[in-house]
Amino acid sequence: MVEHLAAPTEEHIWQLLEEVSDPEVPVLSILDLGIVRAVRVAGEEVHVTITPTYSGCPAMNTIATEIRLRLLSEGITKLHIHNQLSPAWTTDWMSQAGREKLEAYGIAPPVDGTATGHLLNLFGADTAVRCPLCKSEHTHLVSQFGSTACKAHYQCDDCLEPFDYFKCHA
Amino acid sequence: MMTDPTMPSQAAAASSPETPTQLFHYVLQLADTSLILAHRLSEWCGHGPILEQDLAMANIALDLLGEARSYYQYAAELEGKGRTEDDLAYLRSAVEYRNPLLVEQPNGDFASTILRQFIYDAFHYHLLLQLKSGPDAQLAAIAEKSVKEAAYHIKWSSEWVIRLGDGTEESRRRVEKAIENLWRYAGELTTPSATEKALQAAGFLPDYVAIQQQIDAHVVRVFEEATLPVPQGVFMQKGGKDGRHSEHLGYLLAELQYLQRTYPGLQW
Repeated sequence: MVEHLAAPTEEHIWQLLEEVSDPEVPVLSILDLGIVRAVRVAGEEVHVTITPTYSGCPAMNTIATEIRLRLLSEGITKLHIHNQLSPAWTTDWMSQAGREKLEAYGIAPPVDGTATGHLLNLFGADTAVRCPLCKSEHTHLVSQFGSTACKAHYQCDDCLEPFDYFKCHA
Repeated sequence: MMTDPTMPSQAAAASSPETPTQLFHYVLQLADTSLILAHRLSEWCGHGPILEQDLAMANIALDLLGEARSYYQYAAELEGKGRTEDDLAYLRSAVEYRNPLLVEQPNGDFASTILRQFIYDAFHYHLLLQLKSGPDAQLAAIAEKSVKEAAYHIKWSSEWVIRLGDGTEESRRRVEKAIENLWRYAGELTTPSATEKALQAAGFLPDYVAIQQQIDAHVVRVFEEATLPVPQGVFMQKGGKDGRHSEHLGYLLAELQYLQRTYPGLQW
């Protein structure tokens, strides 16, 4: 039985959202990733605005369901989830804690300021990415396209380990 | 499917009474184009020449599919007749599809797929750069999102054209053959249909002349580096944007729409 709860506060909602993890990179919360753009409480009605990382991100429906379930378990039933495209998601919104968690998990975090951007640097130098395992800076890009849309595929030239790099997307 | 009620979708340019219908048709054309190319690329999944390029094509397909969904959702909203994104994708026949002929062309060999992608990316990327600052807020939002992804695509296909053109005798022979087969479909992309002309006149769409110049500059840059001659005076095919398709689209849709046609309304 769910006890009657006082009207939720925005602060409480943010705390609950911190407990919702990204289904494809479960070490990150959706707040670490910068997916949640706004929380608004109007009486008993709760509005959460989320934005996709990449257009085709197959995790968006799962994330919306997870948010709904987490809030429901606290007795919050009047939930509205809004999907916002603009401003477009960028890795600049990823938290510092999130970046550290990623590296500890074995995924190199984004190197800021290295997005493909709008200058087509054909065959340009690869972004220098630190190996998340042995911390060597001697690594090379294998492919811009990795195991998910948000990652590139790298290999370390020292420990030879292949690893995922969370692409800078700005 | 989620839509944001705070996102204004009404436009501020010189609207005429026909504008919402024209915008619906145009957004549907963009949706069909992204979906059909995504489907073609997804046919490579598990068949790529090497694992990394197999993944690259699947990734690009996924980006385009996501972009297509955004357009279909918006088209459904513009139409306002209760059709959903799924109805628009799965329950329209080939003559109702509005994609240009290029994207429905079969994959052929890897060089053909690369060349088709290169022609499309050069157009897509430069179009999105314009659309993202256009007067329609929702179209601009989708373009702002998608152009970041299109930047990866055009870099990938451009580098491959250079590798193939300036590669081995065999890779060059194949990419030259692909140019001979596919260049005839490049012109349709920047030849405005009646709908596009009307939207250009109303200020909703950019003039394609400027986009064509940017495309040409990119093609020259890449082909020079690839040591390939830039095609000149090619007779351009068109018709897809008016619903006159090659025979290939019917077969593609038969596969893409199979489940909804066989089990109407099926969900999972």
